Amino acid sequence: MPRLSVWMVRFSLIYLGIGMTIGGMMLWNKGIFISVDLWRLLPYHIELMLFGWVMQLVMGVAFWIVPRYTTPPRYGKTHRAWIAFAMFNIGLWLVLIQHTWLILVGRVLMLLAVVLFVVYLFPRLKPYGE
Amino acid sequence: MPTLTRYHIKMGLMYFLLSLFMGVILVAQPIFNLSIDVWTLRPVFFHFLVVGWITQIIIGVAHWMFPKRSKEQPRGNLVLGWMVFICLNIGLVFRGFAEPLFFIYPESIWGWTLVLSAVLQVVAGWLFVFNIWGRVKER
Repeated sequence: MPRLSVWMVRFSLIYLGIGMTIGGMMLWNKGIFISVDLWRLLPYHIELMLFGWVMQLVMGVAFWIVPRYTTPPRYGKTHRAWIAFAMFNIGLWLVLIQHTWLILVGRVLMLLAVVLFVVYLFPRLKPYGE
Repeated sequence: MPTLTRYHIKMGLMYFLLSLFMGVILVAQPIFNLSIDVWTLRPVFFHFLVVGWITQIIIGVAHWMFPKRSKEQPRGNLVLGWMVFICLNIGLVFRGFAEPLFFIYPESIWGWTLVLSAVLQVVAGWLFVFNIWGRVKER
């Protein structure tokens, strides 16, 4: 597994653990009431599970599994994917702050990260051996 | 394909089917004037889809495809792997019936069933993270 995939998958695993813990606290609160404030955690739960966990894991595994180039550098212009990784996570953290403008900036950063990742990954989507 | 992976994927497919079935019921509720209690299935629908299907498939395939940990334990601790499977699925099944029942019959045992479901799913999540962590590595 290449280094960037290790980072992406490990980040996604941490988000999974935190996201499930938050979800568990809300489900507990649903069954046996603790505090109405626990419902404020819902956006964090959704962000962490969908973007932090699922989306980032898919990106990390795609970077690893998709066919590599036959000539070095075999993973291509990896700096683009590294920048996408950084932007995606900074964007996610900004969204998690849950302030109107920071959510917007975070979402834009995540969008740009995905644009960069798509630009990086597209040329690797080819038949084996090409 | 390892046995544990097959179990994860087969269970995942069941949740996929069930969640889409619930999705149809939810959409049909206003059209056919079904009981409003049908809406208690909404959170179950989402969680069967995202946890029961997507997350479970990822867990199963990761167990199968991620780099081997060592010659002695190529797929990590198998006992922990099975505990993840059992905790996750018992937790999800408990949620599947306890959440709608709790809305219809509050002040009942179903509230504590939801608590148990929450604990089981959180334990499954962290056990998976703990067990797979050493396999997320450069070759």
